[in-house]
Amino acid sequence: MLNARDILETITMIQDEHLDVRTITMGISLLDCCHSDIDVMCRKVYDKITRYAKDLVATGEQIEKEFGIPIINKRISVTPAAMILASCENKDAVKLAKTLEKAAVACGVNFLGGFSALVQKGFGPGDRELIEAIPEALSVTDHICSSVNIGSTKAGINMDAVGLMGKVVRKSAELTADRDCIGPAKLVVFCNAPEDNPFMAGAFHGAGEPDCVINVGVSGPGVVRAALAKAGGCDLTAVADLIKKTAFKITRMGQLVASEASRRLGVPFGIVDLSLAPTPAIGDSVAYILEEMGLECCGCHGTTAALALLNDAVKKGGVMASSHVGGLSGAFIPVTEDAGMIHAARCGALSLNKLEAMTAVCSVGLDMINIPGDTPAEVISAIIADEAAIGMVNSKTTAVRVIPAIGKKVGEELSFGGLLGSGPVMPLSTYSPAKFINRGGRIPAPMQSLKN
Amino acid sequence: MRAVITVIGKDMVGILAKVSTECSNHNINVLEVTQSILQDMFAMIMMVDITKSDIPFTEFSDMLQKIGDDMGLSIHAMHEDIFNAMHTI
Repeated sequence: MLNARDILETITMIQDEHLDVRTITMGISLLDCCHSDIDVMCRKVYDKITRYAKDLVATGEQIEKEFGIPIINKRISVTPAAMILASCENKDAVKLAKTLEKAAVACGVNFLGGFSALVQKGFGPGDRELIEAIPEALSVTDHICSSVNIGSTKAGINMDAVGLMGKVVRKSAELTADRDCIGPAKLVVFCNAPEDNPFMAGAFHGAGEPDCVINVGVSGPGVVRAALAKAGGCDLTAVADLIKKTAFKITRMGQLVASEASRRLGVPFGIVDLSLAPTPAIGDSVAYILEEMGLECCGCHGTTAALALLNDAVKKGGVMASSHVGGLSGAFIPVTEDAGMIHAARCGALSLNKLEAMTAVCSVGLDMINIPGDTPAEVISAIIADEAAIGMVNSKTTAVRVIPAIGKKVGEELSFGGLLGSGPVMPLSTYSPAKFINRGGRIPAPMQSLKN
Repeated sequence: MRAVITVIGKDMVGILAKVSTECSNHNINVLEVTQSILQDMFAMIMMVDITKSDIPFTEFSDMLQKIGDDMGLSIHAMHEDIFNAMHTI
């Protein structure tokens, strides 16, 4: 039987501590839409997406009302577009992006991810055309998210792709300079990209996935922080236990929403992504959890250790609460999307070097970081290479989503609005890695034994 | 199918009456009520059976929320499963 304390705890989590389901993401395979004529393919793509996802938003809203749990985003992820573009004689990737945009608008979703290419070992048919079209595609669409996987633990790092992506990120910013450089905020460069990630901007529907699937991403940094605040001055063993218990509750809710959505839509349930995803709202911050653990400001010495504890405890707590766990699963540390990170970056406590260290122990990577507008493409490529190396060697997903703030310098701000938030331009090393990046080639896959 | 209605806010005359009238208007049976008053704050938790309700649950939930807004209270009607999922293994 339910007791009053449990009921009120749930209500408080939702009302005061920003507990929500961050996203219900429907993964749709587009492999059966391939056609040598791009127009025919685009028609098939539009028809399939709008047929499969026509009830997604309405069903999400219905579950939201019935269970009283806010579901912030309803999204779609599709087969990496480069894979289907490969079948066309005229590989007009921007036309495909516009079709995806039209389908996303027709379904009423917040974002559609999968304008993607997987090139960790080399470029296949359609890959180069798609990557080169990313800046234009992101500037002429509002709902399309793009990602490129340039490395993996098994394949190594494709440095030709890394070199190319530095230019693509920069050009995406230049083409959207009049809109606070929003383009690269919708573009992620991955190493070890997961195929079932429901979170944007990196979501795509991997080739090993079923025809259609429902993945759910939970959130709730505010809940974890509130639980720690109530616990007072306990030791770190108790802190880890408390985070596990809280993550369990959050994930159970995600699992419930996922199975309900799957049942009502008649689509198989894929995974729950156990992530602490912050928003710019005060109190919904991962940085504040670290500060609640006892750091004066996120970014100070000790931040990496605190984040490692948090990330591990979230997984341990969540894993038992869900029948299938996947995606990115861990704590996110996007700078502009997290009130505490924004504060730490503004006051200078949080540096890019510290963020890079933090990415070795948490779920994603250098996420939503504004960099100076005059940053050369080679430097962006080198940031990507560093981050991919961390992911490759540690057998984990890492990603880079940096935004060159065209025309702006360190300390000035970019504001994207909504969940993407805002934040200051952070300083980078000004020494040049150009020669290293321009060598191209591949960094070989690392040893999987002799671990030290 | 059961749902939980929670009412939180400043105590005043007729809260229980108002919510239970709304339930009876729509053929929703009240199974259990617990309420407590801490200082001036009123907290009521009501377990109801919505199986024979004559309107969709989402509509009923909106209706209660509106009543809450009018009376300056926070009223939520949520499916029982959310609490079971979270608090029982």
